[in-house]
Amino acid sequence: MTRKRSNAPVFWALFGAGGALAALLGPVLVFITGIVTPVGIWMPQSALSYDRLLAFSQHWAGKAALFVIVSLFFWHAAHRILHSLHDVGIHIHAGMAAKLLCYGSALLGTVIAAAALLAIGF
Amino acid sequence: MAETRTIEMEVLRYHPESDSAPRFQSYQVPFTPDMSVLQGLQYIKDHLDGSLTFRWSCRMAICGSCGHMVNGVPQLSCHTFLRDYFPAKVRVEPLNHFPILRDLAIDQTDFLTKLESIKPYIIPAEDKPVESGEFLQTPAQLDRFYQFSQCINCLLCYAACPQYGLNSDFIGPGAMALLHRYNADSRDGGRAERMPLVNEEEGVWSCTLVGYCSEVCPKGVNPANAVNQNKVNSALDYFFRFLMPKGGTR
Repeated sequence: MTRKRSNAPVFWALFGAGGALAALLGPVLVFITGIVTPVGIWMPQSALSYDRLLAFSQHWAGKAALFVIVSLFFWHAAHRILHSLHDVGIHIHAGMAAKLLCYGSALLGTVIAAAALLAIGF
Repeated sequence: MAETRTIEMEVLRYHPESDSAPRFQSYQVPFTPDMSVLQGLQYIKDHLDGSLTFRWSCRMAICGSCGHMVNGVPQLSCHTFLRDYFPAKVRVEPLNHFPILRDLAIDQTDFLTKLESIKPYIIPAEDKPVESGEFLQTPAQLDRFYQFSQCINCLLCYAACPQYGLNSDFIGPGAMALLHRYNADSRDGGRAERMPLVNEEEGVWSCTLVGYCSEVCPKGVNPANAVNQNKVNSALDYFFRFLMPKGGTR
């Protein structure tokens, strides 16, 4: 009997990497960009000004950080949603469509992030 | 004398030659505080209804025969006491996710086939004549597999696993815990033979880490841990298989 190797490790690795990043950085990013800076407590509102963020995303290190965070968060979410769909009974026949939709969105998000970061220039 | 009370036991009945579908039957069972659910079933068989069919053997949580759904929870019925359910009734059903043979007896064929497929025995890493003495292991080497060797094949973890319930092609928590028990043993050299089972979609990759398998295990085995250690092993095997001359599988 030949056994078919699953390609799940690719998606699981992306899921795991995204999950680790989300757990480490997600809450603090929401806290800084969503609460502390806009309200102007502890951090001046100018910390996230357009000029600063443009400069950040034009630097190669800033681009790399943004790309990794955005794309891996996408892959993490796609995998999580796919498995939640399975748990509520969407699987087997509908499974392939769900897979394409979930991982396809993550791929699309990755491509858009890369394209946008390149379009911003250096 | 211990106090005797009476509890209602609602038992799933199914005789395939005469019943078109499973049904419940209630029995009034007198019990003392030391009586297990299994002893309740035995009382029914001995005094109320000899046609009730269920498996049991040791009565002390070591043989793994008497697993049932007790009020919807996978339990060894010898390890579960009637006093804990009184004054409410107790409902006993066959283990979830398995075909019923008769009343509470399930068909274990699927598990037994899987158990055989994982080669649940040590495949010696090196040929060593008996005269050269025993294989020595450090306490740390023993720790790596010891808990997984406590499995008694009772199948409570399969009844608990929602993924096995959705798709019984999944190798399941128990077989994977036992596979890991041998792969993690320093005396064993069978890893390359077992990895193809781990690497399949129906191997570790059907698990979504619900963890209920580990919760219901009556022997303190942590099958969810075995499965998820092997997700790491399978991922390493996937990405580095071309770099590993030995131990990797193509």
